[in-house]
Amino acid sequence: MNETTLEISLTVNGEQIRKTVPVRQHLVDFLRTELGLTGSHLGCEHGVCGACSVRVDDAVVRGCLMLAVQADGAEVVTVEGLSESGEIADLQKNFVERNAMQCGYCTPGMLITASELLRDPKPTSREEIRGHLSGNFCRCTGYHAIIDAVETTINKRLEEG
Amino acid sequence: MEGGLKAPKFNYIRAESRQQALELLDQLGEDGRILAGGQSLMPTLNMRLSQPDTLIDINKVSDLSGITLDNDVVRVGAMTRHVEVANSPIVAEHLPLIAEAMEHVAHHAVRNRGTIGGSIALADPAAEMPACVLALGATLAVESINGRREIAAEDYFKGLYETAREPNELLVEILIPVEKPGDVSVFLELAQRHGDFAMAGLACVARVSNKSFEDLRLVYFGSEDRPTLGASAIAAVVGQPWSAECKEAAANALDNDLDPMTNLQGSAAMKLHLQKVLTGRALDAAIERAEAA
Repeated sequence: MNETTLEISLTVNGEQIRKTVPVRQHLVDFLRTELGLTGSHLGCEHGVCGACSVRVDDAVVRGCLMLAVQADGAEVVTVEGLSESGEIADLQKNFVERNAMQCGYCTPGMLITASELLRDPKPTSREEIRGHLSGNFCRCTGYHAIIDAVETTINKRLEEG
Repeated sequence: MEGGLKAPKFNYIRAESRQQALELLDQLGEDGRILAGGQSLMPTLNMRLSQPDTLIDINKVSDLSGITLDNDVVRVGAMTRHVEVANSPIVAEHLPLIAEAMEHVAHHAVRNRGTIGGSIALADPAAEMPACVLALGATLAVESINGRREIAAEDYFKGLYETAREPNELLVEILIPVEKPGDVSVFLELAQRHGDFAMAGLACVARVSNKSFEDLRLVYFGSEDRPTLGASAIAAVVGQPWSAECKEAAANALDNDLDPMTNLQGSAAMKLHLQKVLTGRALDAAIERAEAA
């Protein structure tokens, strides 16, 4: 069978992109190999680890469980976009202060997943934060530091209104 | 291209309408595979565990999603994503069993993409939605170019990933009767990590009167090859005053209902034990909820 390709047009971190891609390429392979956006990581590639989390049309999804051609017409935001816009600067600072990462492999996925709790912050218990992040594996930290960093950020945003 | 391609080669067609999807399914037969939310199909592609000839992507077919209340039936479009079910006021009010189950359906990012119809069409034995629709006596509507067919949930699940849907049929809608006033429901699941595949789980719908079960449905998942009604356990409980003895009788009767499959989530013996524990907990909770109502 020949490689089937399709032209897609999408926005990635605010930039309009038009590319022809193999239909079997998943979104994060596209982002990493075609666009050089290596912030989205690939861990398990079957939807278990969460390292590949990206935002598509305002919803966090597993970037490995979506074909690049399915992002045609979509707005994709990766951790690079979230970093540049400053949207999660406080969360990133709190991750550093609390040492909420060691090897850093899971960190982009953690940040993107946690960012959903920060957009319209509500009082959130540690249990709820834990539940929200339950689809993201971290093999280094034991999670407590990550929960601390997210909790601190939510509380700070709530205080500052 | 160096790297960056994991799945085997396939053709891909983005269906623009329901009719187009049905025509493609009819032409392609077993060579066509529907791509709904993709949260189970994509892993098998990435791992090259499946090799479809052509993927028929139905994500852009707009009239396959949405939740409406139609008299005593909640109609859920097959492409309705789990997150929409979880956030639906109609589901919260009329289908509390499903609302409770949604907390166990995978993880946040998977719920944003996965669909109720995909879950029911795939019929993974550890999935929550098949058990819920069986417990609630729902009807599954499938469609082909020859027309629409409605299948009762109890006739729909045939075995391990096997359903009554024919290869040229598309699951289009799930029709779920609203939970009756006075009924209570309980959904329980055990998993190694919150949101992971169930080690054991059960969907319970009950009518309770004076601390006794007048009517009861117990549907088990994560142990058999398909969601399974616990007929013996139900018979051991209905009409009896709820008591420690009754709870034990239900657990013992479950030996006749279940013969769990050993898998990565646990051994057969452990699963049977856990289903018994969950049965007691679910029935206790049903009594409590009925009293609180």
